[in-house]
Amino acid sequence: MANTIEGATGTWEYVIGLEVHAQIISNSKLFSGASTEFGSEPNTQVSPVDAGMPGMLPVINMTCIEQAVKTGLAIEGTINRYSVFDRKNYFYPDLPQGYQISQFKQPIVSEGRLVIEMEDGSEKVIGIERLHVEQDAGKSLHDQDPGHSYVDLNRSGVGLMEIVSKPDLRSPEEAAAYVRKLRSILRYVETCDGNMQDGSMRVDANVSMRRPGEEYGTRCEIKNLNSVRFMSRALEYEALRQVDILEAGGKVAQETRLFDVGRGETRSMRSKEEAHDYRYFPDPDLLPLRLEQELINGIAASMPELPDAKRHRFMADFGLSPYDASVLVAEKENADFYEAVAEGRDKKLAANWLISELFGLLNKAGKGIEDSPVSAPALGELLDLISDDTISGRTAKEIFAEMFETGKAAGVIVEEKGLKQVTDTGAIEAVIDEVMARETQKVEEYRSGKDKLFGFFVGQVMKASGGKANPKMVNEVLKTKLDG
Amino acid sequence: MSFDKTTIARISRLARIATTEAEQERLAGELGGILAWVEQLDEVDVEGVAPMTSVVEMNLKAREDVVSDGANAEGILKNAPRSAHGFFVVPKVVE
Repeated sequence: MANTIEGATGTWEYVIGLEVHAQIISNSKLFSGASTEFGSEPNTQVSPVDAGMPGMLPVINMTCIEQAVKTGLAIEGTINRYSVFDRKNYFYPDLPQGYQISQFKQPIVSEGRLVIEMEDGSEKVIGIERLHVEQDAGKSLHDQDPGHSYVDLNRSGVGLMEIVSKPDLRSPEEAAAYVRKLRSILRYVETCDGNMQDGSMRVDANVSMRRPGEEYGTRCEIKNLNSVRFMSRALEYEALRQVDILEAGGKVAQETRLFDVGRGETRSMRSKEEAHDYRYFPDPDLLPLRLEQELINGIAASMPELPDAKRHRFMADFGLSPYDASVLVAEKENADFYEAVAEGRDKKLAANWLISELFGLLNKAGKGIEDSPVSAPALGELLDLISDDTISGRTAKEIFAEMFETGKAAGVIVEEKGLKQVTDTGAIEAVIDEVMARETQKVEEYRSGKDKLFGFFVGQVMKASGGKANPKMVNEVLKTKLDG
Repeated sequence: MSFDKTTIARISRLARIATTEAEQERLAGELGGILAWVEQLDEVDVEGVAPMTSVVEMNLKAREDVVSDGANAEGILKNAPRSAHGFFVVPKVVE
């Protein structure tokens, strides 16, 4: 994995920190009673507070705060029982108040951590600087009219959690693993749906390059990355751009940049530069937020099992490999489905069937597990038929494909197609005798030392039985007969 | 603390309030005066005193998570100088 870039003058190392904006799951907005629902007609979910009308006062939605506390506990952060809302002042058409209510000096959560798993199975702890609560802005559309932008304030005032990592990430792969892990945690605790396509989770990436072990260099911030893939590409591009500047003896200018998806490059957002003076001050409309310890304790007691704990349990109790466990726990729905299938059955068999068969077919069909044509009990029934030797593993795959296609139960397909495995020794012996009588030449060759022919006989016997003979029994009986 | 004209120009740009050079000259004096007046508070020793956030000791008022507002696009757009198809229409702003 490329943690470093080999430049003309030596090795450069990535230093990456991420700011993730996660939309809080709530019915109404952070400071108003308008709905947060996505995709409604423009400006139909806007209260006078969200539109920045003079004289309107914000009133905090406690559910949003509880969601932030829950998230803070999930990332093992310190919940601050005293936090303050500040105004972050800037002008933009999608920000009608002229300021965003955010938290600056005293956020609700500080000092958390998150464990990322790399593909080689290694783990790394990434520090989280803070989590604070703030308002989302409205949305501008630029392609409706050549000379004008259209503004929809439905998103204005929706609660956001900004989760800021420490500059602990050392490669685009680590950054990707961090975002995926954070998304997984947010979905487990149900505080953000993690839907990057609809913008309910967005990433700003801070990146600088340095010689390994030296001080941090000057960083650039790449704004509004809305997919993990784009983030990785933007980081790779930006790293090469900075290395080129540094190696030519130049200095990287600290600035905000935009990733142009079409061109695959980052470019400077000049307008953001002078706006960087946000003149934060405590919002006089809002008193400090004080949290009772009982509230925090209550939320802590209601936390679901998180992906890390689940992963370790799957490894320790079920004997799954780190990779299989990671794949299964990434989405809570997958993990729940797996546990339903694995209950009372062979845990590894269940894991293999989910990962290599079910996920494969679901991917191909572009479906999520919630739309799976094969339910957990139905897959369980199929596994039972394998375990009690009614069908062979190979037949099971064919049956499974048909279950996926038609939604029929495994037992029904076995009956209909007469796929029941032959486990009767007499029947298997008869087939073997038949094959041996036909292949006298090969039998002789085998007996005179050509061991490799064994596989050929297994294949012939399976074929002659229509694939229904129990492979294990075929192996045993065949060995006795050939050697005898 | 006193203001120079550059600072005034910068503040007015950040606040999106246009000022002429003559006004900047005058404002530098006025704002400087206001600041000097407020700065008298520096004479008070506030070592160990927590910032006052409210005149009356009270907690932040909270709201239930229920939808109680919205569904009034027409009203929201009423003051807009220009609107179309339910959107506010503003001069092109795109990077």
